[in-house]
Amino acid sequence: MRYAHSARRYVVLSVLLGVLTAGLVLAQAVLLARSISDVYLGGATLEDLRAPMVLLGLVVLGRAAVAWAQESAAHHASAQVRSQLRRQLFAHAGRLGPVWLSGERSGELTTLATRGIDALEGYFSRYLPQLVLACLVPWAVLAVVVPADLLAGLTIVLTLPLIPVFMVLVGLQARRRMDRQWRALERLSGHFLDVVAGLPTLKVFGRAKAQAAAVGDTTERYRVATMGTLRLAFLSALVLELLATLSVALVAVGVGLRLVEGGLSLQTALLVLILAPEAYQPLRQVGVHYHASAEGLAAAERVFAVLETPPPVGGTRTDVPDLRGTRLSVRDLTVRHDDATAPMLAGFSMDVRPGELLAVTGASGAGKSTLLAVLAGLVAPSSGRVTVGDVDLTDLDREAWWRHLTWLPQRPAFVAGTVADNVRLADPQASDAAVARALAEAGADFVPALAAGQDTVLGAGGAGLSAGQRQRVALARAFLRDTPLVLLDEPTAGLDAATEAHVVAALHRLAVGRTVVVVAHRPALVAAADRVVGVGHRVEEAA
Amino acid sequence: MIPRDRLALAALLGIGAAGSAVALMATSAWLISRAAQHPPVLYLMVAIVSVRFFGIARGVLRYGERLLAHDAALRGMRDLRVLVYRRLERLAPAGLPAFRSGDLLARLVGDVDAVQDLWLRVVLPYVTFAAVGAGAVVLVTWLLPAAGAVVLLALAVAGLLVPWLGARLARRREERVAPLRGELAAAGVDLLRGAPELAVHGSLPARLDDIAAIDERLTASAAASARAAGAGAALATVAGGAAVWGALALGSPAVRAGDLDGVALAVVVLTPLAVFEVVLGLPAAAQQLARVRGSLARVGEVLAAREPVREPAAPVALPAGRVTVELREVSAQWPGSGRLALDGVDLVLPPGRRVAVVGASGAGKSTLAAVLLRFLDVSAGRVLMGGVDAASADGDDVRRLVGLCAQDAHVFDSTVRENLRLARPDATDDELRGALRSAGLLATVDAMPDGLDTFVGEHGSRLSGGERQRLALARALLADFPVLVLDEPTEHLDVSTADALTRDLVSATRGRTTLLITHRLAGLDDLDEVLVLDQGRVVQRGRAADLTTQPGPYRRLLDAELAAV
Repeated sequence: MRYAHSARRYVVLSVLLGVLTAGLVLAQAVLLARSISDVYLGGATLEDLRAPMVLLGLVVLGRAAVAWAQESAAHHASAQVRSQLRRQLFAHAGRLGPVWLSGERSGELTTLATRGIDALEGYFSRYLPQLVLACLVPWAVLAVVVPADLLAGLTIVLTLPLIPVFMVLVGLQARRRMDRQWRALERLSGHFLDVVAGLPTLKVFGRAKAQAAAVGDTTERYRVATMGTLRLAFLSALVLELLATLSVALVAVGVGLRLVEGGLSLQTALLVLILAPEAYQPLRQVGVHYHASAEGLAAAERVFAVLETPPPVGGTRTDVPDLRGTRLSVRDLTVRHDDATAPMLAGFSMDVRPGELLAVTGASGAGKSTLLAVLAGLVAPSSGRVTVGDVDLTDLDREAWWRHLTWLPQRPAFVAGTVADNVRLADPQASDAAVARALAEAGADFVPALAAGQDTVLGAGGAGLSAGQRQRVALARAFLRDTPLVLLDEPTAGLDAATEAHVVAALHRLAVGRTVVVVAHRPALVAAADRVVGVGHRVEEAA
Repeated sequence: MIPRDRLALAALLGIGAAGSAVALMATSAWLISRAAQHPPVLYLMVAIVSVRFFGIARGVLRYGERLLAHDAALRGMRDLRVLVYRRLERLAPAGLPAFRSGDLLARLVGDVDAVQDLWLRVVLPYVTFAAVGAGAVVLVTWLLPAAGAVVLLALAVAGLLVPWLGARLARRREERVAPLRGELAAAGVDLLRGAPELAVHGSLPARLDDIAAIDERLTASAAASARAAGAGAALATVAGGAAVWGALALGSPAVRAGDLDGVALAVVVLTPLAVFEVVLGLPAAAQQLARVRGSLARVGEVLAAREPVREPAAPVALPAGRVTVELREVSAQWPGSGRLALDGVDLVLPPGRRVAVVGASGAGKSTLAAVLLRFLDVSAGRVLMGGVDAASADGDDVRRLVGLCAQDAHVFDSTVRENLRLARPDATDDELRGALRSAGLLATVDAMPDGLDTFVGEHGSRLSGGERQRLALARALLADFPVLVLDEPTEHLDVSTADALTRDLVSATRGRTTLLITHRLAGLDDLDEVLVLDQGRVVQRGRAADLTTQPGPYRRLLDAELAAV
């Protein structure tokens, strides 16, 4: 609710529809009880029943209309809530930066943003409306039954609260047991996939046939363990059903006996009989839809956990010094990730002089990319500092700092869209001519030869271009943005020698009038630099 | 594929449970109506006891049904898993495209388990609906035939028509929505991968708008189906209401005409009210059916798939120990592929000889490994093992002579020890440690918290890429195959890790007959021969040192590799 405004309106609507439902349920019961009683005891004809029959028909149509409205509203609201959550999730992920998003996490987040958030549908369209009904209908029923027949009312009043109490008690017990067995169950259930995925390996070692028995045994153990937890888990449903139907039976027998004694009219007795199950019905439906909603809620929890992760805080100063004449200094920089014991960078120092093309080298894992991310203001130093002239980088407003630099990570961003769209990722307002110029300067001479030139449509992830072509399209962003500072992370990784030469030539053009820091692995790129700095072994040498 | 007796019992209990709910309402209605005539209480005792009985029976029977049904489904799952496994064992790895994609394999495994939903979530609800619905119709018809017809019609609408329409609608919606959802997911992946860069370059808001636009189309598309789904819910409500309304409209004149006992009027009117509860779960069951159908079809495909290798009816025994393996004019092609992956390859591997096979990806290197292990039948030529044609021997016997350490060798979700023991269940700790030492992994394992008993995680996720490959290598060494094929053991590793591993495995295989398949040329100088494959043909062969000095395919591959460093 905190994160989804449209959910509130929907809850209000659900309550309104719930009130309507409760009213219609009562009206139907009253009409039915009176009609049956009138015909049976009063000898009424169909003629006499005309008014109640018409009303009863209207009540049925009314319930249908409410059902329709509820279903439509539920889908509508859940779609809106899901869009909102999705947008917030994506936006926040952007703020959280590259280190947080690294590796598996971006895959996990995509699954969460699509399938996970979609699982909320069950919560919104099934569980929530039933929950509302479960809160409203029993009261409405009691409001009618208690004045009509106090004893029946008391039966319902006493049993109804037992249902949630028992369900919670049994549910907690089941959960505790599930938690204890969770890992074991997961292992047993994952065993089949593990064995199937390993079949080629098993065949190599002549163990494949023998594993058939193991598959059967493990699944059998899985069955026994699962049944153990189910016996307990289904108990909550048993309690629910037992209380609900037994109470109805008690009410029925009670009113029947009082009817014999003459303390009650038939109409009242029938009314109580029809309404008694209605008091329990919504609660039982809540139980039915609980599991569908649990999955969605679990996803929502994970979404909220992401949204509540604080992004790296930037400063507030917007007076970024002119980088064309200002030195960047890194002093005793240490970066440590929360979960890793070894720091990515430890006590590293260097200077970046204005206008130079500086290559950063070092073994893989030495922290080169982390250094670049720190310079880009995306990762905060754990200790040490980075200064721009006499301003500490952490005092600068991040967005103000970003306006002065271009940063291309090892795998530059690519989206489904035209080549030009992908260059414009660096400057959404740029004209076609500016994009064409930037592409030419980046050495992307293959673009005019494409089917539709720079308007050629690429698939997701830049599909349709080779790795070398993607690097040059990404490099065009640096020319398009035209910032005084450019940070490049291994722009020639995975390219053949000829393509690499293209990129190095473009790099020379880019370095004119700009400060360029490039993480370099390969000799051709290192050779292009004015100066080389090694990360991981604190050497600074002149090229 | 499911224990029928248990399932039938579960169905009986389920019918009993749902029937109890209806019977509770019917007997209560009769009890109250009869009570209104103020008879002696004794006359009501049977009804009172029945009401109480049905009140208890419903919950208890339902509990029994759910337990029995789940038990039956899990037993069915066990048997189906074994059946599918036996089948997959014949197909792996060449006979099924799924073995080249982890996602497809995971889906297949999910399909096997989903088949049980057919019984649990489709058949049982419908059987219960049919039996209880029929019971209610019979009861009402017995009391008042016309009302019975109305109830039957209403049940058919709510229990058959509405779920059928709903499932159709869900399928149509899925067809329309699935591509959009795919687009959204792809855009989401792009955005998340690029999010930091987009943030730095100030283009994140624009991209978020693009995603929101896709999302909006998705929502609009879903809204139309939501209205239709709502119409389904409304139709079911109308059907239920119409049954009650119709029973009352028909019952009233019948009571006056004396066709219906007044005491039974409440039964005729209120029974339909209770019976419509069994309809509630049917739309979900109908949708489940649509899903299970897909799973059933995919599992059926696996069971019907053609085997990539024909096992001989009367296998010939292969000589044991260190034999010469010989390929003569061998050609092979993968099922479903139109072109030869190997085209007339000759190769002799006498005991102790070590040969490297190099070439670009797609040159046929891995096919060579598959043929040697008899994962794939040759389409022409012969593979001889100690002079015996491998095609006339049992595949498992062939694999006792020729072992493989594949690039995607599977590391099981178990301990280091269990993963190694796969190769030799009776290996002692010393032997395990020896194999780890040869593979350059002993120091790493000794540094692990539980040593050999350390759990390596799903797919070895707690190991680094290099450690996983070394574990696979140690396992292959431990098995001590007379002939060992190493298929791209350094794939997916960074250059320095790859070169270190190549060095270690070249020294570990000294004296063993070895075929090393690789796309990297560094460190092959020690080997007896290098074969260069291109499009399934051997285009060059000789010692690495000699090939390096002459112009040709090897030289070109080497130049490209050196330029890339």
